Amino acid sequence: MIRRRTLIALLTLSAVYAGCKKDGAAGGPAGATSGSAGPGAGSGEVVVGHYASMTGSEAHFGQDTDKAIRMAIDEVNGSGGVVGRKLKVVTVDTRGDAAEAANAVTRLIDVERSVAILGEVASSLSLPGGRIAQRRKIPMVSPSSTNPKVTEIGDYVFRVCFIDPFQGKVMAKFAKENLKIERVAVLKDQKSDYSIGLADAFKAAFEPTGGKIVVEQSYSKGDTDFSAQLTAIKNTDAQAIFVPGYYTDVGAIAKTAERLGVKLILLGGDGWDSPDLFKIGGNAINGAYFSNHFAPDAATPKAKKFVADFKAKHGVEPTGLGALGWDAAMVLVEAMKKAGGFEADAVRKALSETRDFEGVTGKITMDPQRNANKSAVVLKVVDGAAKYETTVEP
Amino acid sequence: MSQLLQQIVNGLSLGSIYALIALGYTMVYGILKLINFAHSEVFMVGAYAGYFAATWLGIESMEAAGQAFPLYLAVGVLLVAMASSAALGMAIERLAYRPVRNAPRLTPLITAIGVSLLLQNLGLLVFGPNPRRYPPVLKEVTYELGGVVLTNVKVTIFVVTLLLMVGLQLLVHRTWTGKAMRAVSVNLDAAKLMGIDTNRTIAATFGIGSALAAAGGILFGLDQITINPLMGVLTGLKAFVAAVLGGIGNVPGAMLGGLLIGLSEQLVAGYVSPDYRDAITFLVLIAILIFRPEGLLGVVRQEKV
Repeated sequence: MIRRRTLIALLTLSAVYAGCKKDGAAGGPAGATSGSAGPGAGSGEVVVGHYASMTGSEAHFGQDTDKAIRMAIDEVNGSGGVVGRKLKVVTVDTRGDAAEAANAVTRLIDVERSVAILGEVASSLSLPGGRIAQRRKIPMVSPSSTNPKVTEIGDYVFRVCFIDPFQGKVMAKFAKENLKIERVAVLKDQKSDYSIGLADAFKAAFEPTGGKIVVEQSYSKGDTDFSAQLTAIKNTDAQAIFVPGYYTDVGAIAKTAERLGVKLILLGGDGWDSPDLFKIGGNAINGAYFSNHFAPDAATPKAKKFVADFKAKHGVEPTGLGALGWDAAMVLVEAMKKAGGFEADAVRKALSETRDFEGVTGKITMDPQRNANKSAVVLKVVDGAAKYETTVEP
Repeated sequence: MSQLLQQIVNGLSLGSIYALIALGYTMVYGILKLINFAHSEVFMVGAYAGYFAATWLGIESMEAAGQAFPLYLAVGVLLVAMASSAALGMAIERLAYRPVRNAPRLTPLITAIGVSLLLQNLGLLVFGPNPRRYPPVLKEVTYELGGVVLTNVKVTIFVVTLLLMVGLQLLVHRTWTGKAMRAVSVNLDAAKLMGIDTNRTIAATFGIGSALAAAGGILFGLDQITINPLMGVLTGLKAFVAAVLGGIGNVPGAMLGGLLIGLSEQLVAGYVSPDYRDAITFLVLIAILIFRPEGLLGVVRQEKV
């Protein structure tokens, strides 16, 4: 068996490598100005790299984020670019795979000569990607990775979203105070840094308030059968299940729970944010709550404009992750303008000094740990759509 | 108690799906001594064929209108999927395995891995990598008996598997094709000398095994809610373990192995930890290979040198 899996890995890698080489050659010349001057020198387009899950089970995250980033950069280019230079977004697919994420960032820096990196959505992928960016001293802004470890990598890694300890606190507070829930079961993806971190944060915030975690169950990314875990949860006195996973799994979990007659409230985090959640979960997901960065139906004028623009261009409403993609790109552009160029250290310094930036998802201020300090919203699933429920301040 | 029964019910339905897939491995191994790794992709293609057939028949608009999908159409979907997979299985045999049938045993094995990877990546390319929700070909009805929830889907899975298994057993032991299969599995060259069309017999074996995998694919989609082009990788591997556990080359053994693997998975996930679910499945494989390499129902065959 081992032999087969190694073979699969090797063959897939070589296939991907072959693919990369071809793409790289086609997209290379734009940023390939002469060596010693650095990638930001010259007068052509400046490349901003984006690595994202454009395919795979979290494809919706990457695609939505990428659309929003491209909208933001088009807008910047339309108003003259940054210090007279136009920006160009180059996107590399990570397929939701950690090894691919590291390769993608390396490629964005070495082949595409990116001056800065945007990405990833999933914390498990921002961690390997961020380590490369830090080592190469290229600033990276993650739009929506919420695991605290991501910005702990080093001083070149930033994010424009809140972090899991806060998100966990939001749901714990909401469960206890708004829903009056005392006993919760946890069902987490034990292969995902995001899911583990959020589950721990929820637990740490819920237990001191007098709440009880009655049972902790887990699954692994790629599992499609959740009946054993849900059967075990059914036989406890839990009132709700906290499922800090991603939408494909959550949809299937909701469906399986309904089938097994588990009539508990489902709670979750921003990993739920995709229309596919409603497609897969159907009626079973109605009545569930999740914390998010942004609620399209309760937005500021700036956010309303973003939602309208996005809808006009792509025909669908953006998710919160799309909104964060836009903010990540704009925060980066602001920093480049402030730095007066694309020199990595100057951009890094300007990013760390971001104060009260008016984004789509709220006011963004970088704290000393390079995390954005901002409020969260709780959404409720009603008839196959997420509706604004309440806002929780930091 | 009801929790234990529930886990057993879940395990039996999951195990039935493994058993259906395991049959394909076991039949091909029995006849050619080849582990057909591409079988897990035949299973995946069967699930997708069912998906597209149901969509083409307008299941989505029916669902939106609140109508149930008629049973005769559901049977039609099953037949379309079985036919597509059978055609694929036979094509793989004709194009990839027959040219290397007389080569050393390692050659067809590597070929099988190659075909498997090719189909996985073709699946990603053609079907797209995003998981798809499986359309409710069978409208789900839930029964509750003393705290144990039973759905008609789970019952159907079990019954369909049992019926197909009995049908296969009859085919192998009561028909000329079956007799030819058994003859080929004993000695291919001698069978040929006795006037058996070995190529046709082998093609039939691939066709039947693949059709069963397609049935497994549809049942899997119904039970597990979503399908994706890589769904065959782990499921197929577990079905292979089931085939080895029961005694590869042995039809009732595949059923037994499948059910045991399904049960052990559910019980381990429910009572030990879901983290060890797959680990224990493969530990079972290692233990079987060490202590009873011929499998639970397998018989040791003397190999003449």
